[in-house]
Amino acid sequence: MMSAVNAVKPESATDTLVKVSNLKKYFDTENGILKAVDDVSFHIERGETLGLVGESGCGKTTVGRTITRLYEPTGGAMFFDGVDIFKTHESDLKPFRSKAQMIFQDPYASLNPRMTVGDIIGEPLDIHKLARGQERTDRIFELLDLVGLNREHANRYPHEFSGGQRQRIGVARALAVSPSFIICDEPISALDVSIQAQVVNMLEDLQNRFGLTYLFIAHDLSMVKHISNRVAVMYLGKIVETAFSNELYDHPMHPYTKALLSAIPIPDPAVERQRTRIILEGDVPSPINPPPGCRFKTRCSEVMDICHAQEPLLKDVGGKHQVACHRA
Amino acid sequence: MANLLEVRNLRTHFQTYAGTVQAVNGISFSVAPGEALGIVGESGCGKSVTATSIMRLLPPNGKIVEGEIDFDGRDLASLSEREMQHIRGNEISMIFQDPMTSLNPVLKIRTQISESLQLHQNMTKAQAAKRSVELLELVGIPSPAMRVKQYPHEFSGGMRQRVMIAMALSCNPKMLIADEPTTALDVTIQAQIMDLMRELRQKLNTAIILITHDLGVVAGMCTRIQVMYAGRIIERGTPDDIYYNPKHPYTWGLLKSVPRVDARERRRLHSILGQPPDLLAPPEGCEFWPRCDYAMEICQRQKPELANIEGEHETACWLTHPAAATHLAAKGGPAQ
Repeated sequence: MMSAVNAVKPESATDTLVKVSNLKKYFDTENGILKAVDDVSFHIERGETLGLVGESGCGKTTVGRTITRLYEPTGGAMFFDGVDIFKTHESDLKPFRSKAQMIFQDPYASLNPRMTVGDIIGEPLDIHKLARGQERTDRIFELLDLVGLNREHANRYPHEFSGGQRQRIGVARALAVSPSFIICDEPISALDVSIQAQVVNMLEDLQNRFGLTYLFIAHDLSMVKHISNRVAVMYLGKIVETAFSNELYDHPMHPYTKALLSAIPIPDPAVERQRTRIILEGDVPSPINPPPGCRFKTRCSEVMDICHAQEPLLKDVGGKHQVACHRA
Repeated sequence: MANLLEVRNLRTHFQTYAGTVQAVNGISFSVAPGEALGIVGESGCGKSVTATSIMRLLPPNGKIVEGEIDFDGRDLASLSEREMQHIRGNEISMIFQDPMTSLNPVLKIRTQISESLQLHQNMTKAQAAKRSVELLELVGIPSPAMRVKQYPHEFSGGMRQRVMIAMALSCNPKMLIADEPTTALDVTIQAQIMDLMRELRQKLNTAIILITHDLGVVAGMCTRIQVMYAGRIIERGTPDDIYYNPKHPYTWGLLKSVPRVDARERRRLHSILGQPPDLLAPPEGCEFWPRCDYAMEICQRQKPELANIEGEHETACWLTHPAAATHLAAKGGPAQ
């Protein structure tokens, strides 16, 4: 099983499925313009998992929702399989929506309580006119099998299921249209520890089986590191560092990444006793009128004069490792 | 040293329209003065109900049906509500998961901290106001004299949890119960709060019961850890016992199901199949047997009691019985 996991995800693949350039999403609020996502660029290879991590309010969820046009972008471009999704008219988005699906954080709020599980999973089939009658029923059964639920479950309602089972229903719904790209927005944060592993293993199995490409959005860096080939760290609307998972852990370069890594508790008493934590001072500043220059400067222990004057841009430091810091 | 808290055979049940939920089902444990005890488990295992039973803060449909809660010479389970009010916030304090909802939004921070000082310590309003500033300073809130005049909405999540800790410590309690104190916070803020709790424990020698689902959080903080499952304690010991020599299959499973950020290579996560039992009708024998890879016939019929392994290490599992050694070896389980 382990070798299968590694085999399908070659680190040197060059077939880009998703390419996001200079993505911006601003919201008008009564206190000013909230720059939730401000000039973010990244790409995801076919069959790859990109992890997007950051703390609450960093803009990671907004990235997921904007690249699927659930939010209208303020600026930038999003190429999916070579097509610019932001230039596509709303009425022509259907083919894209059948290729790019989403799994949400809250398995309680993301399923309609008045629909049976069969209808929840069958709805995308109806909308995209993929199957009718017996064919539709067969497909629903097939999807239930795929996510480890029983066929009898098709006639039941969401409230009869536990959190982990509901998340499986959400995955089955996403898979109904045979997508190639799935955005997983905190898919396991609402679940218990022993159930998280079940869902993560299922996501990995489905990826191997169907060659899926994932954008895995989460705040839990240990889980993101586990499931992702590459990881991008966000802070206050910007990507501050991106690298292959192990490289990011072994050689973090941005002071924020270093602090984030050192803050994660490790279930090992000896390691915990010896660790020295980088404790960040204060809180994340407001994304409304963020500080000029580097956005991390208010909490950074290595701040220099240039950090106040000039915003650091993402630059290559070799080995597909990029960092946005004047010190790097 | 005599124990500060001694819980004996505690059973707490809830009456619901569907029947009786046996949330806590006969647990016994103790906390020594100044000690930090970790209680670990997943949702519904009874860890929070244990805390609310000790504090006597159960909702109207919850009841302690059996057992004693001996705290500093008194049985909390049999005290009157009036007597209990002298203990709550004064001798035992509690902080909750959600610092957003546990503060009163329409009262200034100073008023909220002063309340227990005036009530329990007979301080005047002026004394209590002065002490409020000192307490905010103690928990590391910058410019405390200004902040004390503000309302909860002017504080961030991490700062609100600091305020909660300041309130909890205001009367120098002998014991602090922290129920998932960092679950609602970001990881860098969690590190700040855990750091603060460690520091305050050393400074004030307050005993702490830390309740969490996160095995990482208790590893560096607690002197002893107990793992709960379906209303019972299934394993306990020092952190080294629990993390390096776990004896209960649930504890093994839990430890193997979390990825470690410092892991060198990618391995498939272990997943414990199924889900915790329905506490309306818990299984006859061991609560864990329906999910256990190593279940034997006896596990389905008879509940295993906590039995000593070595030192303080105890587990409630039939696999630790000498007669189970060959069964475990045949199943490929770790040696007991």
